[in-house]
Amino acid sequence: MEIFWYIVLMTILTVYVILDGYDFGAGIIHLFFAKKEKDKVLITKSIGPFWDANEVWLIAGGGILFFAFPTLYAISFSGFYLPLIMILWLLIFRAIGLELRGQIHNKIWESIWDKAFGISSLLLALFFGVALGNVIRGVNLGMVTDGVAVYEDAYFILPLWNSTFSPQAEHLGVIDWFTLFLGIVSVVALMIHGANWIIFKTNSELNPKLKKTVFNLNIVLLILVITSLSVWHIIEPDPFHNFIENPWMFIFPIICLVGLFGMFKVKQFKKDGTGFLFSSLFLFGGLTSTVASIFPKVLPSTNDVVPSLDIYNTSTAEYGLSVGVYWFIIAIILVAVYMFVQYRVFSGKMDDVGYGEH
Amino acid sequence: MEDMIFYDRLQFAFTITFHYLFPQLTMGLSLMIVYFKWKFLRTNESMFNDAAKFWMKIFALNFAMGVVTGIPMEFQFGTNWAKFSELTGGIIGQTLAMEGMFSFFLESSFLGLFLFGEKLLGQKLHFLTGFLVFLGSWASGYLIIATHSWMQHPVGYEILENGRYVLNNFGDLFSNPWLIPAFLHNQMGSVITSSFIVAGIGAFYILSKKNVAFGKLFLKTGVIFGLISSILVAFPTGDLAAKNVAKYQPAAFAGMEGIFETEEGGAEIVLIGQPDMENKRLDNKIAVPNVLSFLTYQRWDAEIKGLNEFDESVHPTNVPGLYYSYHIMVGLGTVFIGLMILATIQLFRKKLYQTKWILWALLFMIPFPYIANTAGWYTAELGRQPWLVYDLLRTVDGISPTVSSGNTLFTLLGFVGLYFLLGLLFLLLAGKIINKGPETSKID
Ligand code: HDD
Ligand code: HEM
Ligand code: HEM
Repeated sequence: MEIFWYIVLMTILTVYVILDGYDFGAGIIHLFFAKKEKDKVLITKSIGPFWDANEVWLIAGGGILFFAFPTLYAISFSGFYLPLIMILWLLIFRAIGLELRGQIHNKIWESIWDKAFGISSLLLALFFGVALGNVIRGVNLGMVTDGVAVYEDAYFILPLWNSTFSPQAEHLGVIDWFTLFLGIVSVVALMIHGANWIIFKTNSELNPKLKKTVFNLNIVLLILVITSLSVWHIIEPDPFHNFIENPWMFIFPIICLVGLFGMFKVKQFKKDGTGFLFSSLFLFGGLTSTVASIFPKVLPSTNDVVPSLDIYNTSTAEYGLSVGVYWFIIAIILVAVYMFVQYRVFSGKMDDVGYGEH
Repeated sequence: MEDMIFYDRLQFAFTITFHYLFPQLTMGLSLMIVYFKWKFLRTNESMFNDAAKFWMKIFALNFAMGVVTGIPMEFQFGTNWAKFSELTGGIIGQTLAMEGMFSFFLESSFLGLFLFGEKLLGQKLHFLTGFLVFLGSWASGYLIIATHSWMQHPVGYEILENGRYVLNNFGDLFSNPWLIPAFLHNQMGSVITSSFIVAGIGAFYILSKKNVAFGKLFLKTGVIFGLISSILVAFPTGDLAAKNVAKYQPAAFAGMEGIFETEEGGAEIVLIGQPDMENKRLDNKIAVPNVLSFLTYQRWDAEIKGLNEFDESVHPTNVPGLYYSYHIMVGLGTVFIGLMILATIQLFRKKLYQTKWILWALLFMIPFPYIANTAGWYTAELGRQPWLVYDLLRTVDGISPTVSSGNTLFTLLGFVGLYFLLGLLFLLLAGKIINKGPETSKID
């Protein structure tokens, strides 16, 4: 049962990253590349009907985490207190930036909300990468000092940073050079993803330029991925043990690589959606490989006193997990239907005004 | 410790109070928009469709506010109430996860279609998407109230050796005797909010001689919805909610009603008075003898225990707050019924549009349903204190052990600043939409 809910949780979070990822990415592109009013409007409109539903995946993921793995939810959310609340603030800014921009036609008003939308998208992409970095690196569960846990039950609290910025310090911070590195990987990957979305959904004049950008960023991404593999060793001496024991898991990194190399062909694709497909594959493969590498752990401990949190020591009792399966199956089928309808109705490219709403 | 719990509670109270300002309108207004759309399909009079479209603009703005203030709620259980989440997550997480999966997906997917898809979908399907948005928002209310009902009256659980509460009967969560009255009562409260807004804006248009035709439609619809929901909120739903409190949380009931001493031969209903906690009595009281006994148990002489009979350790921690919130809610409820009855009488005498003072009163009333709803929630939450889960888990034992009060104060200040900005923007933009008024269209 734990494994079932683990897969559900990871799937929901991966879908979240792919979906909200494109609108974060679109936000970053909007911040750096959209100069003309027309392009700005087009980009925000292209995500208009979707972003709210995309964000629900995060809420659903939070709900499933809360219900299936309450201990993990409690310990990690209180431990990452400040960064999480800041993520909430950024999500609020981003959403109101998107929703309020078009309400009043005034240059200053529009540029305030454009910046709010763009900058919070950028910071969110960075923060989510940092968050992933924290999960891989692990934290000092129980706040062990000199071999003794200060808090019971693995509770901890992380400051935003410590002065060394080192991922190997005894008292870690949320931000260190390793997690920051992953933050940058995330920004670059989501920028590509967002640009692919814009190419996919609009006929903006930016598109040819964006294709070039995707190509260049992809080179950067490749370099970052290669670097990250070597950096990984410093954090986790044996990152591949799960893959070696279960060779079928190699499918995840392979999907990731297919996505990465596929994107180099961005300029030749006949269909504009193909690039988006590949960047989705890359994100999917990258995330699943990462979580698979630490499975069944979900938050590793950096000390030897308090054991790592895994799916077995953080889950709720069997009965709750099994009744959940019934409603979950019904719900997920419904969700699939909604998504199908939604993307069907708003399929294809937008024109100047939006998805045919006039 | 004292500081920690204080700021945690303040932050939760602040963020949830602010959040609930928006969903109450979402839930009520979605019902009324569906009504306008339905009228349009039935009569093919474009005015109904224009009315629906006008309220959809307010709805969309309000919805966005509900979403952005709702997301922090979901996270705060973990960030600020970690012990509570750890101990009860297997149960309340169940209903909260269901809310995400069943209602938020429904609402948000179809809201996009509803707002942007009228031309693409055609009228019938457009009505359907509106209906699904309505369904999603009411389902969300239902599941939230189910969660909340478990905290008020826990059922279907067992306690493990390590102190955690886990579910042992899923069905019990939904046949909780607390749930249905609370849900229906709460929904009626939100229909009141939307009716008063629709009627109030209608009155505003008539008084300012702008969009008068729409003004009349809004006023009429708002008054009728308002009359029905104001009556239903008191009876049977409010009555049933009160009976539940009397039965399952007797100390909270005594506090709400301001009863300190148990009286022989039946309890009086207090209309006015100020709780004096030092001397454990009510000052300057105006009360009607025996009515409370009758309302609660249908017997004029039924005994209702006064607060002084309960041990201090189970007294609600803030009796005056509890007492005032309850009396504000019930007092406003009475005013709503009175005003709506008068307005309906005038409507049927075809004099409503000329009765200036009722129009002004309706306009002036717009904020009060919000106050009544908030007061209702304060009644529920303050009445539950000192428990976080009634009779099981005390509030002090629910907070995050590692988050310092300095951190919570910092985030609380951040939320206050941010929400202040959100509130201003909401008022500004809603004002702009209302000032612009509905647009008349030709349908071909
Ligand atoms: C416009 C809003 C409104 C109005 C006019 C009323 N209520 Fe109410 N009331 C609510 C809005 C509300 C609410 C916000 O919806 C609450 C909070 C929790 C809940 O489930 O509903 C609530 C809670 C609530 C509770 C507390 C339940 C608990 O402790 O959990 C009681 C006993 C009543 N109500 C009773 C009444 C009575 C007898 C009313 C007679 C006029 C009344 N309410 C009017
Ligand atoms: C599912 C619905 C709800 C849940 C699960 C819930 C849960 C909680 C929790 C965990 C606390 C903190 C502990 C405490 O101080 O009591 C709390 C407090 C509070 N909640 Fe709720 N709440 C819900 C709905 C609401 C709503 C809609 C409102 C108001 C509009 C509200 C108002 C408050 C207030 C005012 C407090 C502070 C009480 C105090 O400080 O004594 N709650 N609630
Ligand atoms: C502590 C309790 C609460 C939590 C955790 C919570 C959580 C949320 C979240 C995450 C959203 C955003 C959903 C989206 O993206 O579409 C939301 C919106 C919503 N919430 Fe709450 N909420 C709480 C209290 C309440 C209460 C008491 C009600 C009403 C009974 C309510 C009704 C709604 C509705 C109808 C929406 C849809 C959006 C809107 O109405 O504007 N919520 N809530």
